[in-house]
Amino acid sequence: MAKAKKHSTVIDMTAMSDVTVLLLTFFMLTSTFLPKEPVQVQAPSSVMEIKVPDHNVMSILVDLQGHVFLNIDPASVRLGALDKMAEEYGITFNDKQKKAFVEQPFIGTPMNRLPGLLDLPMLEQDAAMKQYGIPCDSLNNQLARWILNVRAIDEDRELKITIKADQATPYPFVEKVMKNLVKIKENRYSLITVLKGAPEGF
Amino acid sequence: MASIDTGGGEAQKGKPKKQTLRVDFTPMVDMNMLLITFFMFCTTLSKPQIMDIAMPTDQEVDETEVPKVKESKAITLLLGEDNKVYYYLGKLDESAYKDYNTLKETTYSTRESNEGLRDILLERNAEASAQMRALKIEKAEKKVSEEDYKTRSREIKGDIDALTVIIKPTKDSNYKNLVDALDEMQICSVGKYAIVDMTEGDYFLLENYKTKGAFAAANLAPQK
Repeated sequence: MAKAKKHSTVIDMTAMSDVTVLLLTFFMLTSTFLPKEPVQVQAPSSVMEIKVPDHNVMSILVDLQGHVFLNIDPASVRLGALDKMAEEYGITFNDKQKKAFVEQPFIGTPMNRLPGLLDLPMLEQDAAMKQYGIPCDSLNNQLARWILNVRAIDEDRELKITIKADQATPYPFVEKVMKNLVKIKENRYSLITVLKGAPEGF
Repeated sequence: MASIDTGGGEAQKGKPKKQTLRVDFTPMVDMNMLLITFFMFCTTLSKPQIMDIAMPTDQEVDETEVPKVKESKAITLLLGEDNKVYYYLGKLDESAYKDYNTLKETTYSTRESNEGLRDILLERNAEASAQMRALKIEKAEKKVSEEDYKTRSREIKGDIDALTVIIKPTKDSNYKNLVDALDEMQICSVGKYAIVDMTEGDYFLLENYKTKGAFAAANLAPQK
C-alpha cells in the first residue's frame, strides 16, 4: 500500500506580518491624541454629528465645582497670549517656565500663581491646578483677558471656542462662562458632547 | 521567507547536518492586529461631537430689529430641578399669573420613547418636522445636493408658522438638562430657539405652581 506523502502545513506569516506592521504605522501616524485634561469630565450626549475640529480650538473646560480651565490649541498662540498676559499683569516668566507652559496643555490658575505652578514637575501640575481654575468673576476676569489676548494675535478669528462641562455641572457655573463670552462679543461657540444615536424615525 | 538556511551545499560526512531555522510569525501578527484595533478605536471613537450655538448679544438692540414671533407659536421651557421641565405657551397676562395651571410639568424624552418634551414639541411643530423628515429621506437617497439641503432646511425651520422655543434654565438645573433641551430642538426640527435668562415672572410662576396657587394669593403678580 502506497503511503500518502506527508505534507507540512506551515503557513508563512511573514507577508501577513509585513502588512499589519504597515497598517499599524499608518494608524499610529494619523492618530492624534487628545490633550490630557486636568479634571475628568463626562460630557453630556447629543444627536449632533459634527466632529470637533482637530486644530485651532480654544477649549474651555468647566468642572463640577465650577473651576474653569482653558486650552489654546496651537502652542505658538498660547505662548503669544502668555507674553501679553505677563505684560498686562506684570509677571515675568523665565525660559524654563515658558517651556513648561508649552508642554502643559491647560491653563488653570490665576496669573499670580502661574510661575509657581510651572516650576512644579509636570505630573504634579494637574493636581495643583485642580484647586484654582482661572478666575472669571466680574472683578477679576482673567478668562476674558486670555481670550481677548488670543484674539489680538488671531486676527482672522480662526480659533473656534468650545465649552466642555460635566453633565452634572450646575447650570449657574456654565452660565457664568457663557455670560463672560457674550460680554466680550464671542456669541458663537460650540458645546462639546458625545454621540448618542438619534431616536427611531428622526 | 522566514527561514534561514544554515547548512551549506550537500550534506557531507563529518559536516553538521543541514538545518533550517524557522521563525513563527503568528504571535507577531496577533499582536499587531491587536495594536491596530486599539489605534483604530482611538482615532474614530474618542472624537467628541460639537453642538454649535449662537447666543443673543447683551447690547441694546433697536426695537425694529427684534425678530417678531407669533404668540401662538411660542413655547417657553423652564428647565427645573431633578430633570423636570415646566412649560407654558404664548405670552402671559395677569390672569395667567394668577392661575397655577398655566405652567405644566413634563420630563425629558429618552431615546426609546417620545413621551414627555418631544411629544409636546412634535405636536406643535408637526408640519416642519414632517417636511424635514421628507427632506432627510430625499437627501439619503441623494436626490438633493448638500447646498440645496441646507437652504431648504433653513426655509422650513425659518417659516413664520414654525414653532419658536424659548429655553430658560433655572439655577437648579444642570448642564445636561440644557444640552438635552437643545438636542430636542435638533430632533424636532425646531429652527428658532434661544437660551434666555429667567425673569421675575418665571420664578413667580414656578413658585405658584409648586404651592398650587397659594403663592399668587399672597403675592402680587409681577408687572413684566
